[in-house]
Amino acid sequence: MKVLVPVKRVVDYNVKVRVAADGSGVETQGVKMSMNPFDEIAVEEAVRLREKGAAKEVVVVTVGAQAAQDVLRTAMAMGADRAILVRTDDTLEPRAVANVLKAIATREEAGLICMGKQAIDDDMNATGQILAAKLGWPQGTFASAVTVADGRIEVAREIDGGTEVVSLTLPAVVTADLRLNEPRYASLPNIMKARKKPLETVEIDSLGVDTASRLTVVSVAEPAERKEGVKVNSAAELVEKLKTEAKVI
Amino acid sequence: MTQIEREEMEFDVVVVGGGPAGLSAAIRLKQLMPDAGVCLIEKGSEIGAHIVSGAVIEPRTLDELLPNWRDLDAPLRTQVTEERMLFLTETRSFAVPYLDRVMPQMANHGNYVVSLGEVCRWLGEQAEALGVEIYPGFSGAELFIENDHVSGVITGDMGIERNGEHGPNFTPGMILRAKQTILTEGARGSLTGHAMKRFGLRKGVEPQTYGLGIKEVWEIPAEKHRPGLVQHSFGWPLDDNTYGGAWLYHFGENLVSFGFVTGLDYANTYLSPFEEMQRTKLHPAFREHFEGGKRLIYGARALSEGGFQSIPRLTFPGGVLAGDSAGFLNVPKIKGTHTAMKSGMIAAEAVAEALEKDKKEAASMTARVQQSWLWSELRDVRNIRPAFAKWGMKLGALYSGIDSMILRGRAPWTLHHPHADNETLRPASVCTKIDYPKPDGKITFDRVSSVFLSSTNHEENQPVHLKLRNETVWQTVNHDVFDSPESRYCPAGVYEQEQTGENAWQLRINAQNCVHCKTCDIKDPTQNIDWCTPEGGGGPNYPVGM
Repeated sequence: MKVLVPVKRVVDYNVKVRVAADGSGVETQGVKMSMNPFDEIAVEEAVRLREKGAAKEVVVVTVGAQAAQDVLRTAMAMGADRAILVRTDDTLEPRAVANVLKAIATREEAGLICMGKQAIDDDMNATGQILAAKLGWPQGTFASAVTVADGRIEVAREIDGGTEVVSLTLPAVVTADLRLNEPRYASLPNIMKARKKPLETVEIDSLGVDTASRLTVVSVAEPAERKEGVKVNSAAELVEKLKTEAKVI
Repeated sequence: MTQIEREEMEFDVVVVGGGPAGLSAAIRLKQLMPDAGVCLIEKGSEIGAHIVSGAVIEPRTLDELLPNWRDLDAPLRTQVTEERMLFLTETRSFAVPYLDRVMPQMANHGNYVVSLGEVCRWLGEQAEALGVEIYPGFSGAELFIENDHVSGVITGDMGIERNGEHGPNFTPGMILRAKQTILTEGARGSLTGHAMKRFGLRKGVEPQTYGLGIKEVWEIPAEKHRPGLVQHSFGWPLDDNTYGGAWLYHFGENLVSFGFVTGLDYANTYLSPFEEMQRTKLHPAFREHFEGGKRLIYGARALSEGGFQSIPRLTFPGGVLAGDSAGFLNVPKIKGTHTAMKSGMIAAEAVAEALEKDKKEAASMTARVQQSWLWSELRDVRNIRPAFAKWGMKLGALYSGIDSMILRGRAPWTLHHPHADNETLRPASVCTKIDYPKPDGKITFDRVSSVFLSSTNHEENQPVHLKLRNETVWQTVNHDVFDSPESRYCPAGVYEQEQTGENAWQLRINAQNCVHCKTCDIKDPTQNIDWCTPEGGGGPNYPVGM
């Protein structure tokens, strides 16, 4: 079985993002970028499946500018076998990304698509679901554990108040939640090896899929600053303030 | 612990540290020996992530290293257009007249205001284009020593848990074997420290002295922005016995670089470099620049100030020191980039010769440095920083004017650095407390919100990388005598003294806040704080602009 892992290059989770001066989005110029952390978990799970013998090959794919190559190299340093960069300078919304991924999954004859549940930049949590629908495959979202056996994949899903286990026929789409695994470090020798692994570049137009945007960003603004707290001297004073100032009781 | 099995890789040269010195060394090496295998490791998550500097840079070395840098889209875009040096009193400021004659080192004509982090990222690209293998996110944890000879470095282990056990993701560091190792870690580098001890490199030289630079980058309204404006100040808020001052540079797209350097030979245990920096912004000579602006980035780094008298032996079997690892900063000029780069270039030239002639020690580096402009530049200003330590700020400034203008750096005497910075602190009982203003949240801020803007992070579960060698000493010396100076000098709020009972105190170490400035390693009175290299990739994530 071939596992396809879509990954996204996003502003690094350590970076304090700030809104671009024109309010069109967040500032990405000169900011550290790295692989979406949920995608790292997906890469790790795919590599583990291959190490366990449940998968034969792990292929990572990303949709983005030339610079997005670096997250593909990171994924290969973690153990993915090869990579595909679908090149575009546009920012695509989930529906368009799903169309691209569908084309790649079909071309690659993927048996499983394992991807992050959402990207930490736009928090859409949509691409996996749309992709499953477009492919007509079953989906196991918010996975916290997966087991592959006899042409099926069992996915433990994190839901409110517990875990739901679903059994899906393969091929399927699985989206990774935080607790699925803890991704390994890319070791220095593996980073060196990853530089020699195959990375194919596909121009987005050559896929002939619809990538038009349907959404418009109206504005992006920073949340209002939190006011400094005050110390109260007694419970009575607290109740008083809740009544008169906060007006919540 | 059992012996860890480590993988090995072999290179001709390994460079430790991706700052201006290390990158210049790597570039120069590939220019001289295109076929040499050159590997550069950097503990920051990317090149530039740990770089803090003003920075006004002199392009002199860049002209020598990459003469066509103007055609390579180098990020030197803001030329200095106006400059002034101010002496501050609490409410007023006086510009030093005839600056270019009184303080000739300060003349910045032809220099550029840059983000040094951005320059380093660009140098990294140039180095990679020449075939240097650059690995960010990997720290040099130990020197790899065989038969009293440095044969490379061992990178840090990853995935060790808080209790020292190997976690499920344990990845052992590897041996990067090299014929020559170039240490360019910046001020107070850890491997540099090991090498100095092991090979006695500081024998016969004066102690290194340091300053702590704390920096903010602001975005200000376009109508206030004057690209190329360079303003320095001395005097208030420091007393006459404390060396230091502020800088303010307008550069880039509506950006302002503001920072403050405090000489770490300060004596008053109650001094807080962070708060001196914050309150300087409230002075009328500075305040207007920040009004209506927004603070974007915060960071801090120690720098070496010892200069000429403190330069150690530069070579040892299997390796060399360059940049601020050795201490090539020119203090009166307030610049270290061009000297760091020059020393990196010279290191590469000496190392190339050693490789060609199959020598164990690149001993020619010393003579090469002594014959270069780097040496005379540092020699001519050697008395200025010690003069300030000896006679205070006002007389020191007077002396420096005489030394530069009349003696032109050729004084027949050399002033000394009598103490290391950890020896200068005075007991709390004889020190005056300093009443710092509370942060206003608009122009001045507290440590917590500041550290947030350094984007620093350390993998949570790793062992604490800042340790007390002896906990009792903290109680009897740091707490009882000096009233916990680390809680004030640390610009990242790593150290807090906590009362645990009546007359019982303990030191809380928030190691994850650390911005890798190394001040605690330098200033702790008994050198009781051990700064170990944390897991690679940790520490601040300074963006372009810093």
